[in-house]
Amino acid sequence: MTEHRPGSWDPASTEPWFRSDAPAERWLLPGYSRDTRERTILLELLVRVAFPTVFVFSIYLLFAGHYRAGGGFSGGLVAGQAFVLRYLAGGRVDDSSPFSIRPPVLIGVGLTIAVLTGFVPVLFGAAVLGSGAVTLTVPVLGKVKLVSSLLLDVGVYLLLVGVVLELLRTLGSGIEADMAAGEGRRR
Amino acid sequence: MTTVNLTMAVVLGGLYAAGFYLLLQRSLMRVLLGIVVLGHGANLLLQLAGGARAGRPPMLGESPLSEMSDPFPQAMALTAIVITFALTTFLLALAYRGWVLLGHDEVQDDVEDRRIRRLESRLAEEGVEEAERELESEATR
Amino acid sequence: MSVLVAVPVLLPLGAAGLSMAFGRFADIQRWLGLLVLGVIVVDAAVLLHVADVHGPVVLHLGGWRAPVGIALVADRLAALLLLVSVIVMFSVLLYSIGQRITDYGRGTASTTFHPIYLVLCAGVSLAYLTGDLFNLFVAFEIMLASSYVLITRRTTANRVRAGMTYTIVSLSSSVLFLTLIGLVYAATGTVNLADLAERTDQLPPGPATALALLMVIVFGVKSAMVPLHFWLPDSYPNAPAPITAIFAALLTKVGIYAMIRTQILVFEREPSWPLMLMFALATMLVGALGALAQNDLNRLLSFLLVSHIGFMLFGLGVYDVAGLTGVILYIVHHITVQATLFLVSGLVTRYTGTVALSRMGGLAGISPLVAVLFAVPALSLAGVPPFSGFVAKLALLRSGIELGTSWGYAVTAGAVLTSLLTLYAVARVWTRVFWGKRREPEGDPDHSDELVVGTGDTSQGMVYATGVLVGATVLVAVLAGPLSAVSERAAIDLLSGQAYRSAVLGGGSGG
Repeated sequence: MTEHRPGSWDPASTEPWFRSDAPAERWLLPGYSRDTRERTILLELLVRVAFPTVFVFSIYLLFAGHYRAGGGFSGGLVAGQAFVLRYLAGGRVDDSSPFSIRPPVLIGVGLTIAVLTGFVPVLFGAAVLGSGAVTLTVPVLGKVKLVSSLLLDVGVYLLLVGVVLELLRTLGSGIEADMAAGEGRRR
Repeated sequence: MTTVNLTMAVVLGGLYAAGFYLLLQRSLMRVLLGIVVLGHGANLLLQLAGGARAGRPPMLGESPLSEMSDPFPQAMALTAIVITFALTTFLLALAYRGWVLLGHDEVQDDVEDRRIRRLESRLAEEGVEEAERELESEATR
Repeated sequence: MSVLVAVPVLLPLGAAGLSMAFGRFADIQRWLGLLVLGVIVVDAAVLLHVADVHGPVVLHLGGWRAPVGIALVADRLAALLLLVSVIVMFSVLLYSIGQRITDYGRGTASTTFHPIYLVLCAGVSLAYLTGDLFNLFVAFEIMLASSYVLITRRTTANRVRAGMTYTIVSLSSSVLFLTLIGLVYAATGTVNLADLAERTDQLPPGPATALALLMVIVFGVKSAMVPLHFWLPDSYPNAPAPITAIFAALLTKVGIYAMIRTQILVFEREPSWPLMLMFALATMLVGALGALAQNDLNRLLSFLLVSHIGFMLFGLGVYDVAGLTGVILYIVHHITVQATLFLVSGLVTRYTGTVALSRMGGLAGISPLVAVLFAVPALSLAGVPPFSGFVAKLALLRSGIELGTSWGYAVTAGAVLTSLLTLYAVARVWTRVFWGKRREPEGDPDHSDELVVGTGDTSQGMVYATGVLVGATVLVAVLAGPLSAVSERAAIDLLSGQAYRSAVLGGGSGG
């Protein structure tokens, strides 16, 4: 899918080599940016490699949370850092983000999940925000101990990712957009 | 009552002094830094409140109970750090808005202060009646 | 049963999440907000009944028992104040929905307002219900963080300035609060209020006094006690009417509640606390005199708010059952009245297009209804006999006289003087705004700030909401008998502290 490279590719041109020669894997490509200043191809490439790793690490933290260091909060922050890395490398016009959910929705869903988890134990006759543990035997992973407060952590995780994305949107690209608009007016 | 070792007491004093000094500045950026420094001071104080002994991480199975440090101040400090983090970003955004709208990020004077100063300069220039009429007719914003 | 205590805190938080997720659907947000606050009103009423009949309702979160775990406690005082606060929050939400529909039409959603408002509600509830000092800090932060957002929404240059003052002052007091918690923990090894009550007795008098004074300062900033009040008249008037109303009604009162709760429960003290009486006298007089110097309607009301905080400190200073009964009655009365006054001020500025008293006039002829809506809470605030303020003030004044010390007489005299000054201030507003020559509304200087709208458009929602609150102030006067009885029982509870301690530390069920 090479279509979404506005500017670099003229839709009228139908040169056959372009299609056949286009890289099939997009994930190593740098984000395209109208802003050509201050880009380092090395950083962009590194971020593209590091992004999934950081993300997986954040999910590890999320699951490790109950008995070891970690948890929804630190996991969410680490995941947020992954997005911050992307932002630093790609700038505000990097719209190749894997999902396009609005940050407030993410915050809202996270908060709702977290609070609902607090009420669920009441249905089972336990205290509000109480938790129970289940030990499952999963084919590949072996014995897995699941704690019900994991759901709370998932809520917190989503909330944190949402908050970081919202911050990037308002304080990061929002300010850049303001500055670009300001320069446009001056010119 | 727990006691505090001297080094930490000095560090605490330094953090609080620097924080309050920055808090008294005009520029919102410095105020913001002041609040961050004060927040660190307060969190350090929370840690020290749990006792000055060095402890192992308070996690079950990691270390014997007697060697663990008090987890309670750590939980409180973590919460406080989260709150400080949120409010710092808010103040940053506010400083930026101030900069966009006003061209600077300085904390301005109170409305009342400005009114009194204006009244004073009026009094010096034109006498009492004029100043009172001015004050009466002035829209407050 | 004890799950009822969690509802006022957790329900609005969850609803805030939903409201944020449905940020683009205005009607869903509105109904959700009203529904949730309605549920909490019922919940708080049930809590008050249960707490009054069976004693404090305690919930140990996660089944971890106090003092290790976090406890939420609804005793008479907390439940009563929660009930009144939520009724006010409900009416103010109704008002702001009405205002928004009038100004922007039905379809325009406001992404931030509803979620933040619900978070504010959760913070206020948590502050009332929490059983430990650190959670009180968290509650204040939740409340203040949402108030920062509400006060700086739609930033104009003026609002950024006001927001800066407000935020910096609140943050400084929060840092002091955190310091206080650290020191309390270092001194006693607990932050649970009930547990603290038992351990502060063993402290040497020096540290105990230092902690008590630091608490006075921390909560003094939050509740705008003179000389720590300067931020209030400078920031509140810059927000739109419903937001100012909710701040004025709740935030300072939560500060007072925290002061009463911590001082009385935690520290041993003989009746009459001269230091607090001094603060009370200063607060009453400085506020009332400040109000007389104002030409801006909202600033005038803000100074009156400061002045009437003094009445609440008065009762705390008297420090006996009569005084505390007076305070509780006064808080109930003041929450409703102050919110109503700011809402009416919002209605007034819609007709006049300005907040400057000197440029208004003749509103009684244009809208007699607004005149009536103003008159009732204004007279209550001044404490004119048939209205709600009278009962509360009478209780306070009597307790001051019965105290029999020179400070008691001085503060009682100051309170009478302040009431007269308040009457003068509201009479001045009345003659300037409602009598005199009729004036054309002024154009709106800045449409985006939602502060003054000189269109004269009011929707029924706004007027009804104000009407509901005026009705509530009248109801406070009508129900003076039962309210005094409940307040007195709450005051006795507070002073003995036995019911609270035994409910939190032992006996109360964990489910």
